[in-house]
Amino acid sequence: MNFWRSTIGKKTVMAVTGLLMLLFLIVHMLGNLKIFFGPTDFDHYAHWLRTIGDPVLHESWYLWIQRFVLVVVVVLHAVSAYQLSRRDLKARPTKYSHHQRAKAGYATHIMRYGGITLALFIIYHILDFTTLTLNRHGVDGDAYDNVVSSFSVWWVTVIYIAAMIFLGLHIQHGFWSAAQTLGYNRPSRDRTFKVAATSLAVLLTVGFLIVPVSVLAGLVD
Amino acid sequence: MKLTLRIWRQAGPAEPGRMVAYEVPDANPDMSFLELLDVLNERLTLEGEDPVTFDHDCREGICGSCGVVINGQAHGPRALTTTCQLHVRSFADGDVIDIEPWRSVAFGVLKDLMVDRSGLDRIIQAGGYISAPTGSAPEAHSTPVPKPIADTAFDNATCIGCGACVAACPNGSAMLFTSAKVTHLNSLPQGAPERASRVLNLVEAMDAEGFGGCTNTGECTNACPKGIPLDSIATLNREYLRASLGRK
Repeated sequence: MNFWRSTIGKKTVMAVTGLLMLLFLIVHMLGNLKIFFGPTDFDHYAHWLRTIGDPVLHESWYLWIQRFVLVVVVVLHAVSAYQLSRRDLKARPTKYSHHQRAKAGYATHIMRYGGITLALFIIYHILDFTTLTLNRHGVDGDAYDNVVSSFSVWWVTVIYIAAMIFLGLHIQHGFWSAAQTLGYNRPSRDRTFKVAATSLAVLLTVGFLIVPVSVLAGLVD
Repeated sequence: MKLTLRIWRQAGPAEPGRMVAYEVPDANPDMSFLELLDVLNERLTLEGEDPVTFDHDCREGICGSCGVVINGQAHGPRALTTTCQLHVRSFADGDVIDIEPWRSVAFGVLKDLMVDRSGLDRIIQAGGYISAPTGSAPEAHSTPVPKPIADTAFDNATCIGCGACVAACPNGSAMLFTSAKVTHLNSLPQGAPERASRVLNLVEAMDAEGFGGCTNTGECTNACPKGIPLDSIATLNREYLRASLGRK
C-alpha cells in the first residue's frame, strides 16, 4: 500500500498499464489491416475474435475477460494520472512571471490533454464499433460494412485522424517515459528507447489511419 | 552597462509579493550576478530602502546557497553555472532582467528571493548518509570500488542541493535531487547495508514534503548547475522498485 501511495509507485502503475495498452494496440492495429483482404476474411476474423479459447471458453468469454482486464488497466492508468497530476499542479502553485519556453518536446507537453482526448475518443470508438450505437450500418456481425459506413463520412475520419495523432504523441513520450520509470533506461540504451518510441508512435498512427483513409479514398468499399 | 532588474519583492512569508523594477546604470560586465545585486543593495541601503534579500555563501559555485530564477531559468542562461558564477557579461547593455525566487509549494518564500529549502534537508535526514563508525579514515584499498561505479557515485555526489531542479520542474519535483543522493550512496559498497531502507525512506520523505512527481520532462537536468543526469532518476526508480519488491 505504501507503494501505491508513493509518487514513484503510481508512476510505475502508469508505466505497466501503459505498456499493456500498447501491446493491445499493436494487436488491434494488425487485426484492422485484415480489412484489405476483403469482407469475407475481415468478417471471419471479427467472428473468430468471439471464439478465442473455444471449446474451453464459451462464445465471447475470452472477449469479456479481455474487456474486463482492459477496463481495469485503463482505470488504473487514469486514476494514477489524475492523482499525480493533481499533486503536480499543487506543487507549483505560483507560475514564473517570466515565462521560459520548455525544453521538453510537444509530445511531453501534451500528455495530460492527450490522455483526456484519448479517453473521450475511446468512449466514442466503443459506441461506434462495439455497441454500434452511433454506427450508420450498425449490423452485428457485419464488421466490414460497419467500418466502411463510419469512415465514408468525412468528419468521422477527421475525428479518427485527430485521435490517432494524439495517440502517436502519447506513445512517443509514454514509451520512453515507461522505460525511465521502470528503471530499464540507461545512458547506453537511451537512444534506442527514443528511436523505438518514435517508431512505435509512427507505426501505430499510420497503421490505424490507413484504414479510415483508404475507406474515404474509396480504396475499401 | 545599463541594466533594468525586475525583482520579486516580498516582505515576509505571508505577505503578498510583486515584481519591482530597479535601474542599475553602472553595471560592470565583469561583476558576478550576485555582485550586481550587492551594488543595487548598497544603493538601496543608502537611499533608506529595504535591500533585496537573497541567499548566498561561498560564491564559488559549491555551496548551493545561491539560486534565483533569472529570466525564467534557474541560475540564469548559462549551462552548468550557479547564480554566483554567472557574470553580468552574459547579458547585453540595456537588458531587462527578471529575477524571481524558486517556486514550489515545498519552498516557501521567506523574503524577496530567499526561500525555505529545509525540505531538502529533511530528505537527507531520512537516509542520505551511511551509518558507519566514525574515526580516522579507513585504508582506501580495503574496499575496492570499480572505476565506473566510483565515477557514477562521484558525479552524483557533486549535487550541491541548491534546488534548481525543483525550481525548473513544471511539477516542482525533487526527484533529481533525491535521485542524486540515492545513486551516489546506493552505488557504493559503503552504502549497501542500507540500500533498500535508504531509497524507501528518502522517497517517503520527498513525497511528504509536497514535492510533485516526475513526468520525465528533463527540465531539471537542464537547469542543474552540476549536470546531474536524468539517468539518476532511472536509477532511483530502479532502486525503489527493487526495494519495494523486497530484494535486498
